[in-house]
Amino acid sequence: MTETDHSGAVESEAALTEAVPAEAPPTDVTPAEAAPADARPAEAPPTDVLRLENLHVSYQTAAGPVPAVRGVGLALPAGGRLGLAGESGCGKSTLAAAILRLLPKSARVEGSILLGGEDVQAMSWGRLRAVRWAEASIVFQGAMHSLNPVRRVGDQIAEPILLHDKKVGRAAADRRVATLLDQVGLVAARASAYPHELSGGQRQRVMIAMALACEPRLIVADEPTTALDVMIQAQILRLIGELVAEHGISLLMISHDLAVLAEHCDRLAVMYAGRIVEQGPAGRVFADARHPYGRALADAFPRIGDAASRRGPRGLPGDPPDPARLPQGCTFAPRCPIAADECRTAEPPLVAAGDGRTAACVRMDVLREAS
Amino acid sequence: MSAEVETEMEGTDEARAHTMTSGEDPAPVPEDSAEALAAVPESAAAPVLSVRDLFVTFRARHGRGRARAVDGVDLDIAPGEIVALVGESGCGKSTLARALTGLVVPTAGRVLHNGAPVSYKSRALKAYRRGVQLVLQDPAGALNPRRTVYEAVAEGLRIHGKSALGAFPDEKAKVADALSRAGLRPPERFFGLHPHQLSGGQRQRVVIAGALVLDPQVLVADEPVASLDASVRGEILKLMLDLRAGAGLSALVVTHDLGLAWNIADRVAVMYLGRIVETGTVEEVLTAPRHPYTRALLSVVAESGEEPVILTGETPDSAAIPTGCRFHPRCPLVASGEAERLGVAQQCRSVDPKPLPSAGRHAACHAAALLNAPPPPQPKEPDETPPQA
Repeated sequence: MTETDHSGAVESEAALTEAVPAEAPPTDVTPAEAAPADARPAEAPPTDVLRLENLHVSYQTAAGPVPAVRGVGLALPAGGRLGLAGESGCGKSTLAAAILRLLPKSARVEGSILLGGEDVQAMSWGRLRAVRWAEASIVFQGAMHSLNPVRRVGDQIAEPILLHDKKVGRAAADRRVATLLDQVGLVAARASAYPHELSGGQRQRVMIAMALACEPRLIVADEPTTALDVMIQAQILRLIGELVAEHGISLLMISHDLAVLAEHCDRLAVMYAGRIVEQGPAGRVFADARHPYGRALADAFPRIGDAASRRGPRGLPGDPPDPARLPQGCTFAPRCPIAADECRTAEPPLVAAGDGRTAACVRMDVLREAS
Repeated sequence: MSAEVETEMEGTDEARAHTMTSGEDPAPVPEDSAEALAAVPESAAAPVLSVRDLFVTFRARHGRGRARAVDGVDLDIAPGEIVALVGESGCGKSTLARALTGLVVPTAGRVLHNGAPVSYKSRALKAYRRGVQLVLQDPAGALNPRRTVYEAVAEGLRIHGKSALGAFPDEKAKVADALSRAGLRPPERFFGLHPHQLSGGQRQRVVIAGALVLDPQVLVADEPVASLDASVRGEILKLMLDLRAGAGLSALVVTHDLGLAWNIADRVAVMYLGRIVETGTVEEVLTAPRHPYTRALLSVVAESGEEPVILTGETPDSAAIPTGCRFHPRCPLVASGEAERLGVAQQCRSVDPKPLPSAGRHAACHAAALLNAPPPPQPKEPDETPPQA
């Protein structure tokens, strides 16, 4: 499944590689860095549904600004499915919220976020309201907290439909709700249920129905199956996959589970401490990561039947760094099994790593030899 | 209601008098037969903790009836053994874990600690709980945010000490030892910290230290890594393996994560709607599953390399357990007609497979017996099953 590349994968690959150098090189430019930069003018597809360029987000706190996203470049072509992997605190949810300007006031955003070529930062409130749901919608983790507990779920699904198209009447909206519920595998009668009457999986289905309500071009799914049972998780992921393919929707799926992303996306981006540290075709990143962190994530969940991981759980020492106190040099170095002195001087830039991939590791050759 | 449950149990007791026939494993399992033998309680390793014919019922949440959360379970944990209890939410695995730690009094059946039935009189129960410690999921919720690490770990000592405070004269040494065994070194550095000053992995280590401080024989860990980051998960699992290797600690790990079982467990019990539906060594169950439910669970693990068998619907309510095999309404073998071809479809719908014995390799499936056993299976004697209302 992961091997079969999406039809738009060729373009997307080019687009993504090309978007990479948006990450400002911290110091001098090495030849390796220049390589992807050369590829930049080769293609400039304006068709990207989502495009982030050198995105920085920091939160203002009493102790000064805390960086959450530090120079991220991503591009998602129409119909593409991009997986963003990372752990809590790596900035992935901040990134998701930034796409629709859902960040709190304390957040400061720099760089550009282009939705269908349009700068989200420059949108008027009216335009932003129109774009939310209709152009892009978000399926948040924890449907429990994202639904209004005192309103029937049918009304909640109908709300964006009624808001976005004044010509749609209540009856038409209800018919659309019934269709949507059917699409997500719920009987239309469930429209009259309150969230507490539904199971976790059913609530997540309602969230997906809401996300689809205004036929957006992009769905951002932020940990859509966390806290769901394995079987329900499989149901929801299959549902998302089918709907996205059917409607030609682009998908940005965020998760800490690299295996799940590899199975459901064409491309993967691995995020650590606010930066993309590796990016490339999903199957290759998962099977043979070029960044030691990407490899650790891929190894975190064992393949059942694999003798090496039997009674041999693999993890990383230490914890992800505190964004307010990032280590000097490569932020991953304190936990990295192959770190050397050179890693502690400067933050490594994302450079081409072969097979259409990029990775931010100065010792990726050592990693490849070690494996 | 409860009368109904009792009838069910009598039926089960009677059923137990016969030995299991069809679900049994006649096929030799070469690699792990030695290991499987070692797990047999009669051998050198008598189980440190076991349950027999365990039932836990609750008043159903909505309306009438009883929810049968644990519905006839036998389970053994040998010294130094790690058993994974796998299932989805609502299958009764957490209730079973709570019954094992004495937090829930079983409706029927017994919990045996070193072969002796657990007494629910308060003093005896307290002593029992000291030896069998529960490690909760979500360390953020399990720790009091206003208590220091030291206080959190020392709490168990204080509760189990004779007088309220300072009953263990070497309290500080014990806390330090527990913290360092849980991987928080040097322990003194953590004494004065509060939970919010710790990372998720460190918090989970504090929770584990709180359990270790009383030198238990068994840890019952409910989803010990479910709320942790992927890169931290492996370290906590390593810690559990180290504790087993170092102190010979046994553990029952309750999880929905089959990869976790593959990473650390010796045996697996797969639970569905209050019953264990498949049991055996990790290698047996996870690489050659027999029960269609286990197969489905394994097939949806990402990168399993199999065509996912995605079961439709959700686990039914434990207050309305289906008649016959409790899995039959969702069973792919029944839906595909495979059960019909094997001539067991009628049994699937009407005959409840007997609860599985605690030792050895078993699957509670009418069809699995025919599909997996090379020699002709012995004829099954149908046991009467109380039909559900």
